[in-house]
Amino acid sequence: MAKVKRSPWLLHYDGSSCNGCDIEVLACLTPVYDAERFGIQNTGDPMQADILLITGGINAQNQAVVKQLYDQMPRPKVVVAVGVCACTGGVFKDTYNILGGADTTVPVDIYVPGCAARPQAIIDGIVKAVDLFQQHMDNHEEFLKNPDEYMKKNHPEVDFKKGE
Amino acid sequence: MMKIALSVIIFLIAAPILGCLLDGGDRIISARMQGRIGPPLLQPYYDVSKLLQKQVIAVSRSQSLLIQMFFFTQIFTGCLFFAGFDIMLCFFILSTGATFLVFAGSVTHSPYSSMGASRELLQMMSYEPAVLMTCLGFYLAGGTFNVSELVQSEKSLIMYLPGFFVAYVFSLTIKMRKSPFDLSTSHHPHQELVKGITTEMGSRNLALYFITEWYENIFLLGVVGLFIINKNPWSILAAVLVVLAVYFFEILIDNTSARVKWDKMLVITWIVTLVSAGTNLLVLMLIK
Ligand code: SF4
Repeated sequence: MAKVKRSPWLLHYDGSSCNGCDIEVLACLTPVYDAERFGIQNTGDPMQADILLITGGINAQNQAVVKQLYDQMPRPKVVVAVGVCACTGGVFKDTYNILGGADTTVPVDIYVPGCAARPQAIIDGIVKAVDLFQQHMDNHEEFLKNPDEYMKKNHPEVDFKKGE
Repeated sequence: MMKIALSVIIFLIAAPILGCLLDGGDRIISARMQGRIGPPLLQPYYDVSKLLQKQVIAVSRSQSLLIQMFFFTQIFTGCLFFAGFDIMLCFFILSTGATFLVFAGSVTHSPYSSMGASRELLQMMSYEPAVLMTCLGFYLAGGTFNVSELVQSEKSLIMYLPGFFVAYVFSLTIKMRKSPFDLSTSHHPHQELVKGITTEMGSRNLALYFITEWYENIFLLGVVGLFIINKNPWSILAAVLVVLAVYFFEILIDNTSARVKWDKMLVITWIVTLVSAGTNLLVLMLIK
């Protein structure tokens, strides 16, 4: 199976954060951490992205935006929440306009804690996301080869009929 | 006939490989210039093979068709060139192909990619004079438009065409969409244009776009080589060295300059074209 994990492209969305985590995300791309070593690229374009990286919480205004960005990304895709704000709402949790962490809006796969999350932790989170990305792709290929068997093995609870 | 078929087949197979390696080398050298380690050499290949496997989302159906047309015309240009046909014909087909890309950008009605598409048109307007002048220079110096005869000339054509060479290399920065003239694509992300003309291209379409770029770059660098090659077989080695030097120069420019506005691009390119290629043209007409 082809290795898609060598080329993870990120889409970084800044929710209602204090910008602390965003600075750390950008720090990952600087010479000190150089995330491009792993083929990681920071694209600004959901159509081309594989991993959605969210910093900051979700508020009433940006919920629709996050939802749309997630929908625009082609499958397979992985969502990483960076910083406690994106994980739970963090220090802003009880503010009147905050709905909570990123998982209130999109399915989050990886949580990277920290306030602000350190670049090491962010890169660690991305590397985990990359493995998950590969796994999604492998599962998809396996599914395409034999849908019935795949569903029986992995999701026995779902009544899957071909073509439905 | 046999020879033509052979060179076309070699081009079709070797150009994407070389283009991919050049692109990978570009990214490593750029990273080193910025004090980073950079991605592996085969990173562009990994990117494209991943893009080919992702779910296809096309904003508009015609976009895929337009990108395929762009893909085929650009490859066809390279085939004609390396098979030794008319260089004028090559450049006209290249420009025709480029309009398909412009359509592919504007057909989605996304503000970013429409803006990128109209900037691509401006880029074409900037480099077209230099490219046409280059064709003219080849004719005046070599007495023919045919690439197969141009490579058989007595002396390297650059002896007669130094000014044209400067104009061509200058316009190469625009053609390769490198900064300071990367107006239409903005290949460094998070800028005012997102990804410019490629904003609405994802998965398979974007992969096709990258592969087309590899073919296109090999063709454009091939024209640089045409300035050097002559009857002597050793000149091929010299041509390869000059091509690599020009490519390195482009990377250097790319990493040391910020993007300019379109009007500045137009004025600078036309002035360079007029002064260097124009003077060269006058001298050439006087001595010939
Ligand atoms: S987790 Fe801390 S540093 Fe990060 S956005 Fe929230 S408040 Fe700022």
